[in-house]
Amino acid sequence: MLGYYLHLALKSFRRNPGLTAVMVGAIALGIAVCVVTLTVYHAMSGNPIWWKNDRLYAVTMDLWDPQKPANPRHPELPPAQMSYNDATAIAASGIPERSVVMFREEGVVTGGSAQRKPLPAATRMTTADFFSMFEVPFLYGSGWNAAADSAPEPLIVLSKKENERLFGGVNSVGRTLRWNDQPFRVVGVLDDWFPVPKFFDVTTGAFGRPEDVYIPLRWGMRLELAPNGGSTDCWALQEIHSYRDFLNSDCVWLQMWVELPSAASRARMQSFMDAYWADQHRAGRFLRPRNNRLTPVDQWLIDNDVVDNDNRVFVGMACAFLAVCLINTVGILLARFLGRAPVTGVRRALGASRRDVFVQHLVEVGAVAIAGACCGLLLAVVGLWGLHALYAAPERGGYQELAHFDNASILWAIALAAASAAAAGLYPAWRIGRMPPAAYLKSQ
Amino acid sequence: MLTMHNISKIYRTDLIETHALRNFSVEVSAGEFVAVSGPSGSGKTTFLNVAGLLEEFESGTYRLEDQDVSRLSDDARSRLRNEKIGFIFQSFNLIPDLNVYDNVDVPLRYRRLKSADRHERITSALELVGLGSRVKHMPAQLSGGQQQRVAIARAIAGDPAFLLADEPTGNLDSLMARQVMDLLEQINEMGTTIILVTHDPELARRAQRNIHVIDGQISDFKFYEPRPAPPPLAGANVSAL
Repeated sequence: MLGYYLHLALKSFRRNPGLTAVMVGAIALGIAVCVVTLTVYHAMSGNPIWWKNDRLYAVTMDLWDPQKPANPRHPELPPAQMSYNDATAIAASGIPERSVVMFREEGVVTGGSAQRKPLPAATRMTTADFFSMFEVPFLYGSGWNAAADSAPEPLIVLSKKENERLFGGVNSVGRTLRWNDQPFRVVGVLDDWFPVPKFFDVTTGAFGRPEDVYIPLRWGMRLELAPNGGSTDCWALQEIHSYRDFLNSDCVWLQMWVELPSAASRARMQSFMDAYWADQHRAGRFLRPRNNRLTPVDQWLIDNDVVDNDNRVFVGMACAFLAVCLINTVGILLARFLGRAPVTGVRRALGASRRDVFVQHLVEVGAVAIAGACCGLLLAVVGLWGLHALYAAPERGGYQELAHFDNASILWAIALAAASAAAAGLYPAWRIGRMPPAAYLKSQ
Repeated sequence: MLTMHNISKIYRTDLIETHALRNFSVEVSAGEFVAVSGPSGSGKTTFLNVAGLLEEFESGTYRLEDQDVSRLSDDARSRLRNEKIGFIFQSFNLIPDLNVYDNVDVPLRYRRLKSADRHERITSALELVGLGSRVKHMPAQLSGGQQQRVAIARAIAGDPAFLLADEPTGNLDSLMARQVMDLLEQINEMGTTIILVTHDPELARRAQRNIHVIDGQISDFKFYEPRPAPPPLAGANVSAL
């Protein structure tokens, strides 16, 4: 019978193609707007390393001004970054399975075989565990080890895009290039890696691309680099006459993450941080109430307002738009179905039950919804492509990577189509099934 | 086969109540050809709708082939209607965007018959009514008489126990009307019970029994001797209708 009902539905569409196009178009537009908005929202609000959410923790301690909090929007939170002394002290605890201390720098790269001129390169100065902790995929080679961290050895890891720029995409492991006029040897090339949001450093834009160059952290100290491209915040007036003064200051500029595989290790880490805080507090630092945190990734994204209220409002507006489209479709369907009441009366007289009539019309609604979903998906692809093009320029915030089609987008479209069919079609299909057949038989 | 006892049917609106049938009792035996006549508004069509399980009634009992149908579910009523009853309407009530074949196919679809079985029944029914060569025609391409023949084919394709015909010749000229009545008599002779609602006393006399309805009640009924059908008019051709 499903095939028969589909056949009847197609006849109905051919009988009035304009009205059918209006219904399909309304559903398509509503679904497209929703899919685009939900795709972007999903990308923004998702946890890109969700499988390690119970193991990865951002380390923060509140060394801020006793008179006012670091973040007025979230006064209960400590600053999102650590000072140099605090980060290195916590990292030296030996408790975490892995730990990362890092900051972002802007460098200049020369010496690549395929490059014609010096190229600016967004760089992450990091300890070795960055790659294993965040499960960064490698195309060639690997990262460096703890010994290379300590030396530090002149080793460099390139992103895939950077490797293509500098070496034409070949396996460049072992090659040498110059970063800020210092020679470095390539030990690894990353594969495509774009965590959305960029959870490990929200201070440089949660939706920007990861850096293209990775160098051991201690090179920052050796070359006396302050974050250029990152964020440095200081609350107290301090005299800084040397790089050593900067390292010893209470300015926060380093991101720190630890991997704690169990509740016991978390408890030990927390105890360590609290004991360190107590020591420093006695020494005259940490003037605010103790607020040492180990924050998992999902909470970290919430605390840092990675998805702000505007985006939630957009999702709500998109759903409201879809609702308006569906209401219009309900009206059209009601008029169309009730206009066919005499024919339905004949079918009832010939043996169709109310259920048969209901299913027949629901199939028609379903066909409209499927057509609307397919067209909506196509429109959504166009919409996302437009977003991508609109935000491609770096000065527009790097949001272009959010606007990409994925399995979630398709699932959204399917779910919305099913919900649209149900919302738009259930009542008209039910209504026509309840029509008393005898009333229409003489009037046909 | 059909027994109604003290059936009462009331139509209610906000302002008025209309007693369409009052204590309506009738029995129709298998194989009978019964005509139901009466003035407009007497309840003939209501009787037909109740008999055809298209409408429910307030009180009384209705037994169809020994089954009490008074309180059946919608699914059960629809199934019974599909299997036991064929309808023929005054205005033919063909579905306009289905061709002749698909129109006759409609009741068979709801019986969930296999394609081959449906095809056989459809072709047999259309051959019987003389429209075997018009299967692909749309209703708008047929004359009134041909449309009514398609409706008759649709009604008998499922081999129903009885036919309910509501003024089947009302929209036809006398020639076509006579030919349609010839067809109904032929179907009745094959064993199908027919209940025919008509204003036309001439047509009513072609039935075996005439029930006269006034104000929702049976006022009179007559039995007629079987009469031979009048000869066809010169030049008339069933298949040309």
